[in-house]
Amino acid sequence: MEDMYHMDRAMAGSQDIKISARNVNVYYGDTHAIKDVSVEIADKTVTAFIGPSGCGKSTFLRCINRMNDTIDIARVTGNILIDGEDITDPRVDPVQLRAKVGMVFQKPNPFPKSIYDNVAYGPKIHGLARNKTDLDEIVERALRRGAIWNEVKDRLHEPGTGLSGGQQQRLCIARAIATEPEVLLMDEPCSALDPIATAQVEELIDELRQNYSVVIVTHSMQQAARVSQKTAFFHLGDMVEYGETDKIFTNPEDPRTESYISGRIG
Amino acid sequence: MTDLNTSGAAPGPRPKISLMVQDARTKKRNAAERRFRMYGIIAIGIAVLALVSLLTSVVANGSSAFRQTFITMDIYLDPAVLDKKGTGSIEDITKVSTFGYAPLIRSAFETVFEKDNIGVDGLAPKDAADLISPEGSAQLRRYVLANPEEIGDTVSFDFLAGGRIDGYYKGRVTMASAELDSNVSPSQLKLADQLKDAGVLRTKFNLDFLTNADASENRPEAAGLGVAILGSLYMMMVVLVLALPIGVAASIYLEEFAPKNRWTDIIEVNIANLAAVPSIVFGILGLAIFINFAGLPKSAPIVGGLVLTLMTLPTIIIATRASLKSVPPSIRSAALGIGASKMQTVFHHVLPLALPGILTGTIIGLAQALGETAPLLLIGMVAFVRDFPGAPPEGLFDPAAALPVQVYNWTQRADPAFVERAQGAIITLLVFLLIMNTVAIILRRRFERRW
Repeated sequence: MEDMYHMDRAMAGSQDIKISARNVNVYYGDTHAIKDVSVEIADKTVTAFIGPSGCGKSTFLRCINRMNDTIDIARVTGNILIDGEDITDPRVDPVQLRAKVGMVFQKPNPFPKSIYDNVAYGPKIHGLARNKTDLDEIVERALRRGAIWNEVKDRLHEPGTGLSGGQQQRLCIARAIATEPEVLLMDEPCSALDPIATAQVEELIDELRQNYSVVIVTHSMQQAARVSQKTAFFHLGDMVEYGETDKIFTNPEDPRTESYISGRIG
Repeated sequence: MTDLNTSGAAPGPRPKISLMVQDARTKKRNAAERRFRMYGIIAIGIAVLALVSLLTSVVANGSSAFRQTFITMDIYLDPAVLDKKGTGSIEDITKVSTFGYAPLIRSAFETVFEKDNIGVDGLAPKDAADLISPEGSAQLRRYVLANPEEIGDTVSFDFLAGGRIDGYYKGRVTMASAELDSNVSPSQLKLADQLKDAGVLRTKFNLDFLTNADASENRPEAAGLGVAILGSLYMMMVVLVLALPIGVAASIYLEEFAPKNRWTDIIEVNIANLAAVPSIVFGILGLAIFINFAGLPKSAPIVGGLVLTLMTLPTIIIATRASLKSVPPSIRSAALGIGASKMQTVFHHVLPLALPGILTGTIIGLAQALGETAPLLLIGMVAFVRDFPGAPPEGLFDPAAALPVQVYNWTQRADPAFVERAQGAIITLLVFLLIMNTVAIILRRRFERRW
């Protein structure tokens, strides 16, 4: 069973390239947060970014949907291509980009609105629904794919903030997929959740892989090993090593990766 | 154990103590805490005492303004006096001045004296008629001009008693003070007592205090707050319509959109400084800009409203920015993350969450503006205004008074009856402020949402 699971993941690894980052540098004021990172992220794959705190993995993730634009002092150089289009090009509107690249945050952050409105908000502002029936369908589909439909179908009009932490996070994932993105970025999505909720979200991530390219930042190496097919190890702003998850965890090439995985640094 | 004691750290080991006895340090700390709590209770006590004595004084002195002494009389609207030619045409009736109505009141007194067998020696009916406010004749005339067909009938009227008579029943005037007073004599007071016994003279609730216009120096009993309340209301409308959108727009731009650079820093510092500018300075500014330069009319609610808008803006901007800041950044990230534009983020998510704070700040700013006096003095709102302003928007350009200015105005007048009215006006002002603060609390509760 375990072996089959691994084989399945290994096969999924050989996919088309969805995101291709070339020589990305990020500066926060005078701090050089990301140093010349180049990476190719495959479609329909879960890619994990691991590394010690402050190594820049979240910063790099935020480059992919240009969330760093919202920070005044952040400056990004280099190119990031999604489907061959450079998203750092000034012609690219970050608002349009973020409809294509969804994001789930560390802390569950549902809007203080009803569960329905939380999910319906994205489709509404992007004009994905022609009428109320359409919207209902989109919301139901998103909640089903977010693996939370059965828990909330009877209380769609209650506030999303009234759900438990794990449910809130799955609601946020449903909200992110409701806009039909092609890439899903997850910034430590389970760090605020208990082990049971974490297991549910991880299962969900594995299912989402069939439709999306998922990039997940995590502190937990076990989580990276459980959910991802590819893993990148970041250390002090450098991307030290990138490859098949199995290989990174069993046979890392770089001594720093090995130290981190065996718990000597981090 | 002994090993540890000998080779212990530099300050020496902690001595073993019983938890049943407090050591000296703990006692000292507990005493300090008790003292601090005492100071706190004393401070609150002083504050409560100040508030209670203020309210007691105002209510004790001012509540009598809402009660007034009235004299009820049946007046025969004598055609021989009011319509000498007997034509019944309104022009002829109008020719009879207020002064011409005095004989009617005089003869009504004669009737009362005969019927109830009352009267004071040496008091002619003319002097008895002085018990009634000069407003009485005017009231009579207004009634006759409105209902000329009733000439020849006998109509019952509630006349205001004169200020001194009213003061007699409120404890302001005594027999002794009447001896020295040229406006009232002890025999008039005696007659008033007889009238009271006969049921002609009564003290009752006086709604006119809230609806009448101001009255002149020698008729304190007729003075009311109507024009002042209307003027204050108009000014609040102007302030709300101008200050809320301008203030909120400025705050949203500064807080959410403006780049953080030296210019925005300067603007920020200046807004904070503006909030601390003495209000009379805004009055001078208003006089220079709105009246002298722009040529707007003096004493008009529009000018008062504009000046108060300038004064309220910093308060609203500061309150709005504070409540925008308190919206958690995770909400902004969430909205931006699913592809909302900056403006959609602000208007769909941030603003609704900041709304309770904005509304509270606005209402507190309005309450502050409602009680403001100094700037209004400078733009002429202290003038004696007897005519009600028209309906807005034209009415905004008519002269009007304002509640706090009316208080100031009345305290300047000689007749002691105006002291009571000034206090009554303060009560009215406080009630309005109380209502506004209650509305602020209710709105805050209503719109408050957890996240």
